Amino acid sequence: MRVSGKAYILGDDIDTDVIIPGVYLVIKDPSELARHALEPLDPEFYGKARAGVIIVAGRNFGMGSSREQAVIALKAAGVRAVVADSISRIFYRNAVNNGLPVAICPGARDAIRHWEHVELDLLMGRLLVPDRGLEIVCETPRGIALRILEAGGLLSLLRRELGRS
Amino acid sequence: MQSLTMTEKILTAKVGGIVAPSEVVEVEPDLIGIHDILGHIVVDILEDLGVEKPGFKGRLAVFLDHAAPPPSKRYAEVHMQLRRFARRLGAILADVGYGIMHQVIVEEGLARPGDLVVASDSHTTTIGAVGAFATGMGSSDIAYAIATGRIWLRIPEAVKVVLEGELKPYVTAKDLALAILGEQGSSWANYKSIEFTGPLVSRLSVSSRMTLTNMATEMGAKAALFPVDSMTIEYYESLGVSVKPLEPDPGASYYDEYTLEASLVEPMLALPDRVDYVEPVSSHEGKEVDVVFLGSCTNGREEDFRLAARILRGRRVREGTRCIAIPASRRVYQRLLAEGVISVLASAGCVVAYGTCGPCWGGHFGVLGPGEVAVSTSNRNFKGRMGDPASRVYLASPATAAASAVEGRITDPSRYIRG
Ligand code: SF4
Repeated sequence: MRVSGKAYILGDDIDTDVIIPGVYLVIKDPSELARHALEPLDPEFYGKARAGVIIVAGRNFGMGSSREQAVIALKAAGVRAVVADSISRIFYRNAVNNGLPVAICPGARDAIRHWEHVELDLLMGRLLVPDRGLEIVCETPRGIALRILEAGGLLSLLRRELGRS
Repeated sequence: MQSLTMTEKILTAKVGGIVAPSEVVEVEPDLIGIHDILGHIVVDILEDLGVEKPGFKGRLAVFLDHAAPPPSKRYAEVHMQLRRFARRLGAILADVGYGIMHQVIVEEGLARPGDLVVASDSHTTTIGAVGAFATGMGSSDIAYAIATGRIWLRIPEAVKVVLEGELKPYVTAKDLALAILGEQGSSWANYKSIEFTGPLVSRLSVSSRMTLTNMATEMGAKAALFPVDSMTIEYYESLGVSVKPLEPDPGASYYDEYTLEASLVEPMLALPDRVDYVEPVSSHEGKEVDVVFLGSCTNGREEDFRLAARILRGRRVREGTRCIAIPASRRVYQRLLAEGVISVLASAGCVVAYGTCGPCWGGHFGVLGPGEVAVSTSNRNFKGRMGDPASRVYLASPATAAASAVEGRITDPSRYIRG
């Protein structure tokens, strides 16, 4: 599995309340949620993310609430993967469950330049900047998490299970 | 015999064989909880999948607590959908006014020591105060668990927090939680479970324990546990339930360990916009406050309001400051009503409601405007958490919040409470 996109750089401790504020949690339509992704931090994010971005963040990305809408909003806005120095527990699990690739790539945030083209190779565990020949080692989902990601998310897996039984 | 942490003990019993950290297991939860603002997605998923009969055979409970009573037509529709869902599946329904999920689960004894609890809310860790392994998950995981009766879980490494010494009368479990956050940071326990231990534990009420296990989520924890000791056993006795002691083995090995000397802890504040940006209240005294919020699953219980009432009794909230007081459940409210605490809050000028998260998540009941400053007894002060992104939230104990309401400025409660 390989995904690519423009690097969108973020800082440490990006919490789920800034990824999708509480007032929007009642929205069911992913494309409507997407319009509010990261709104408190960057009201223009939705427009920018349409190009297809990989978020490159610092420590503890996605800390806070269990709201899966955080992942749904980012994904629907055009986020193709999230890489960070570390990723908060529930966000990580929600991302995998929605087929949004995540990787822990220590040092990436400092090494990557905003808006340059990056590629994430999930099986190799590498974040690449082909233009600069840069390669960063990442810890990517393995085992059951990789199986869920490859299936396109937990519900695709569940659909298969229910179909079988 | 191998010495086990409490985490390992509970999960070993669930799996039916010794488990070790980092192992991935499939287990059946005992209790699954969903609430209005995240649970509707779970219901959508199950409806979309056409799951008629859930594979989950344990207790399923639905809580209408976050947007309760519904502040808009849209939320009213969500409540209607969840009521229908609860009725169709024969789930426990805690309708509007009943109370906040974590509070109701402990108050009604819906979870027992040693249980595995999963719910669509990050602060599910709160329930670990009574010795249940309780963890928050997203809607897909919860839908999967309801549909199949199973969840997958990575056995977490456990970290130990040793609580030593005595609390000063105006210092609370909330201040301890903030002190730990200030020292260890918001990702200290990411992917781990926190086990609280030490001589102070036996003197902490179930309510205070819940404040600590609640704030454990802000430390990144997957679960947080207190031992099942005589305090817990008496608590369950009051509910008419008998439970057995449960604690970690003496030689159990922990990933990390942190000791906090409670007698050195002063009233603490988490400054905007970070839960781990913690400093003593005394170094921020005088900052003007627009709104004081007493309540939430962190500090919405009897002992919290009794403490606030000690300060508010015979006094009034300073003009120009608003006070919103929301006991976490109807039961808490009724007890406080009988004790006269509600009347103290109302006489002081607080708006009093009950059984809802209220302004904690910025959805209703006192949303903050641009630039407004709040002192809140809840657990999160992230940018925009309680309203406008330019509002600012200071997290504090009920004592600090009440003292700040009286003065209209951030105030150290020590001068209001003696012995
Ligand atoms: S009181 Fe706040 S933190 Fe607790 S469940 Fe409600 S919204 Fe979440």
